[in-house]
Amino acid sequence: MKQLVILSGKGGTGKTSVTAAFAHLLSRSDAPFRTVLADADVDAANLELVLSPKILSREDFRGGQFAKIDWDTCTGCGICEQVCRFDAIGDASQPQFHRLAIMRVAESDTPNAPIPDLPIVDTIACDGCAACVYQCPVDAITMHDQVVGQWFRSESRYGPLFHAALGAAQENSGKLVTLVKQQARLLAMDEGYDLVLVDGPPGIGCPVISAVSGADLALIVTEPTASGAHDMRRVLETTDHFDVPALVCINKADIYPQGAAEIEEFCRQKGIQVVGKIPFDTLVTEAMVQGQTVTHYAPDAPISHALGNVWDKVASKLKDIQP
Amino acid sequence: MIIAVASGKGGTGKTTVATSLAQTLSRNNLSISCLDCDVEAPNAHIFIQPNLDQRKNVDMQIPKVDADLCTGCGRCAEVCQFHAIVVLGGQTLVFPEMCHGCGSCALVCPEDAITEVPQTLGILEGGLASDGIDFGHGLLNIGEPMAVPVISQLKKWRNYMDADIVVLDSPPGASCPVVESVRGADFVLLVTEPTPFGLHDLRQAYELTQEVNIPAGVIINRDGIGDAGVEAYCHEVNLPILMRIPLERKIGEGIAQGKTLLDIDPKYEKQFMQLYRQIGNRVEAGGAQ
Repeated sequence: MKQLVILSGKGGTGKTSVTAAFAHLLSRSDAPFRTVLADADVDAANLELVLSPKILSREDFRGGQFAKIDWDTCTGCGICEQVCRFDAIGDASQPQFHRLAIMRVAESDTPNAPIPDLPIVDTIACDGCAACVYQCPVDAITMHDQVVGQWFRSESRYGPLFHAALGAAQENSGKLVTLVKQQARLLAMDEGYDLVLVDGPPGIGCPVISAVSGADLALIVTEPTASGAHDMRRVLETTDHFDVPALVCINKADIYPQGAAEIEEFCRQKGIQVVGKIPFDTLVTEAMVQGQTVTHYAPDAPISHALGNVWDKVASKLKDIQP
Repeated sequence: MIIAVASGKGGTGKTTVATSLAQTLSRNNLSISCLDCDVEAPNAHIFIQPNLDQRKNVDMQIPKVDADLCTGCGRCAEVCQFHAIVVLGGQTLVFPEMCHGCGSCALVCPEDAITEVPQTLGILEGGLASDGIDFGHGLLNIGEPMAVPVISQLKKWRNYMDADIVVLDSPPGASCPVVESVRGADFVLLVTEPTPFGLHDLRQAYELTQEVNIPAGVIINRDGIGDAGVEAYCHEVNLPILMRIPLERKIGEGIAQGKTLLDIDPKYEKQFMQLYRQIGNRVEAGGAQ
């Protein structure tokens, strides 16, 4: 079984549209791989919007923990605030903690009680390190966890899809990415699939590292803009750091041909294969509005041919790689 | 006033809006800081072209165990929530890539065998642009997972936050790096595009602004493409649409070359001034409530 991850560095270059087109092409009876799909962009999970998945099972994802201070026990000594390195503990004299204290009192059994001069935890800022728990001299602090998202196994138009939804303002997206990928791989192994196709997140940090981990090949979808080229270089350094071979395709290549030529020259110098240029076409958005991939919606359009050519090159590279 | 620019979906035009807004305000004689908080994929410098002559490493304190003092009691491993320090065969081992730098292990060690040493996560760079914008950004090191400490240190660096107006360019998404970026802002501008993907991710980003209790407004970029879903959603949740930027080839080409909207068409200066006044009115109205 092999794993292909689609990345970009910069957001909005077309990762999901390319992934969805590949998923469509891979669903044909003559496709070289039987494929399981995984959406590793759990902050902005869009693949499902063009694959019309039917959810077969859903599971809660419990995220990292947060601290809670018991005001009945707390003496207000301030040690917790001193040891917290995440600016997550303060008292009502500071504006952002004042609001939290008001909310906590309002939701308590005594909503009309005065706001106490005691520390409170900003659960969104809390890293879950529990340093305060161990330093509190009167054991007034305990850790709690919560459901921060869900992950799903679905049957999509183009085969099995693993995806997730992380609640807004939550952490641990890297862990959720790892979980989604792990589940996709397990199914692939159990049922003899040949490929896990992973739609990656933007950036180069924690969720990207989780998405890259274990991949046999990365396809970087870039665009011929100064920003696209800048971020492509950073994501190529990242795949290189984790020893994952990478290919590049240039999306919306015709919006600024000079930029596309510069990317091609950069890749030539670095020995990175450019597997194609895809034109800008509002058909992609039209197809998206219909909940479809562009290759399905407009199979004979130049953009669909370009995507088909990119896929052929990626597939031939994948076949050459020993897992 | 602190204005954060966020989006949910990537590539909707956050940086275009943030840099054009900062440029507009500095041309109107306001003292402006502009911080690019997308430390994974920072691009605002391409448009603002600052002279990046200030540098600072971003370090995280990670534990170092003195084997002579360590008795292998395992207290450090017990308190570490991230499995970054373990005792194996009487030896205490540190896994720096798992460490969150919280310092809990050093605090609990009964033998004082743990000291903390800096590990570099990334770098901050800053400097002035020709139009007077005081600019800063962070660069997360390649292979380093934790963006949040780089963002939080950037926001504490060089008195940026003391400017009359601070424009924060946030990373995409709706999880912890975005929370850290918009933390403390008076207003969040949510830049979206009128497509199903744009709408899906706008919902996430708007929920985030509600979680952190910061008023928000929407800018629709590439207006004219897609469908009416974003507009309908904004009406439904009473989220004001403050500006529209049309889908135009001229804009796409200009941005590709690193131009701001003001460079592409000077008429945008007036539009961004209007945007700024609208934000100011909304922040004042919110503060009075």
